Amino acid sequence: MNDDDVIICRCEEVTKGDIRRAIRSGATTFKAVKKFTRAGMGLCQGRTCRRLILQILAQETGQTPGQLAPGSYRPPTRPVPLAALKGEES
Amino acid sequence: MAGAEVTDIAVVGGGPAGLSAALAARQTGAEVVVVDENSAPGGQLRKQIHKFFGSKEHHAGQRGFRIAEELAAACRDRGVELWTDALAYGIFDHTLGIVRRGTAFTLTARAIVLATGASENALAFPGWTLPGVMGAGAAQTFINLHRVLPGRRVLMVGAGNVGLIVSYQLLQAGAEVLGVVEAAPRIGGYAVHAAKIRRAGVPIWTRHTVLRADGRGQLEEVTIAALDENGRPIPGSERAFAVDMLCLAVGLTPLTELAWQAGCRFEYSALLGGHVPLHSEDMETTVPGLFVAGDVAGVEEASTALEEGRLAGLAAAAYAGHGSPALEKEKAAARERLLALRSGPFGSGRRHAYEEIVRGWLRWSGAR
Repeated sequence: MNDDDVIICRCEEVTKGDIRRAIRSGATTFKAVKKFTRAGMGLCQGRTCRRLILQILAQETGQTPGQLAPGSYRPPTRPVPLAALKGEES
Repeated sequence: MAGAEVTDIAVVGGGPAGLSAALAARQTGAEVVVVDENSAPGGQLRKQIHKFFGSKEHHAGQRGFRIAEELAAACRDRGVELWTDALAYGIFDHTLGIVRRGTAFTLTARAIVLATGASENALAFPGWTLPGVMGAGAAQTFINLHRVLPGRRVLMVGAGNVGLIVSYQLLQAGAEVLGVVEAAPRIGGYAVHAAKIRRAGVPIWTRHTVLRADGRGQLEEVTIAALDENGRPIPGSERAFAVDMLCLAVGLTPLTELAWQAGCRFEYSALLGGHVPLHSEDMETTVPGLFVAGDVAGVEEASTALEEGRLAGLAAAAYAGHGSPALEKEKAAARERLLALRSGPFGSGRRHAYEEIVRGWLRWSGAR
């Protein structure tokens, strides 16, 4: 298996190659990579892959992970049934 | 939305930091609610079947799950409300959005303590998404909470305390642990934990890494290799092992979603596990009335989580109008104990990293 074929975001099945290509096309922030590839937009909301994506970003852009903004966080923190928010029994 | 609840202090997370914060806040007479997404309080303590060491104040000689039971019982005795199966899905000023057993409602508090803990880091290599590859903490949950052995022949990645302890517990659960793979030149965890698994015949390979995992539909084989001084795999050093489980114990990241949502300012600290909310000596973040304690404030240990929780609980109670001169004295004592915990070869680095976070908070506070 080629290194580019390694899956980084399991929820959205985004590979290291997809992320590298996005970065090389100009998506040089976590937010941009996310919008470009959907990495981090799945069920876990990036809890597993965020750190991996930031590592790839750091390598590709010559920065340290500490210099990179980890993107935004919005509610809900976990998948929540819409029925619960609507006030119905789920 | 069904209902809006109100309390003095809301604590998110019922691990050692959260329960300790709740007890401390409750002792001032404040009304306290603990919100935890799990079915029982205790957090990671619930699956720690080994005896802790350290000092008596930090439950030395006791097994982690017993400490959890004691803390939870003390909370119940003293009138702390413990809400289990309750997910804090969002924070909106001083109000938490909560879903509990299919119903959403809000909980508004004068002060909030975030004690949400940390999550396990992943490691990406070919085959890491195969069933059978999992976090060491996940494996520990399987064996110690659910009494399920998820694999029989195991390789462990990471020779920090988590990797060493979980290796030993996998042996106790009946698995064969073939070895521990560690990229660093030396073992990161305590020597006692390393000695325990070495006595059981488990080799620890430092300066080694996992190259890949293979299998049809599930993990069947893992290939490791030695690393040179620059951290590159040495050609010809590859070794393959037939295993059905590969555990990753490669560090933890603070679970900071709610702190970000609340608008806290952060600083990056590699030693504390990543981005950490800036906080004062009293564990208050840059959002007034919002406190942090335990791994969310920087990954450390259960003992520091207990003390940070205590400090945050007392400070949150003071913020909510339950302060007193006696409380100030207790906060000072907790800070002293934290200083003692952050000493020695393992602790002084963490003390330095922690002080950086507090300095960041002071800079923010001074510039305000």
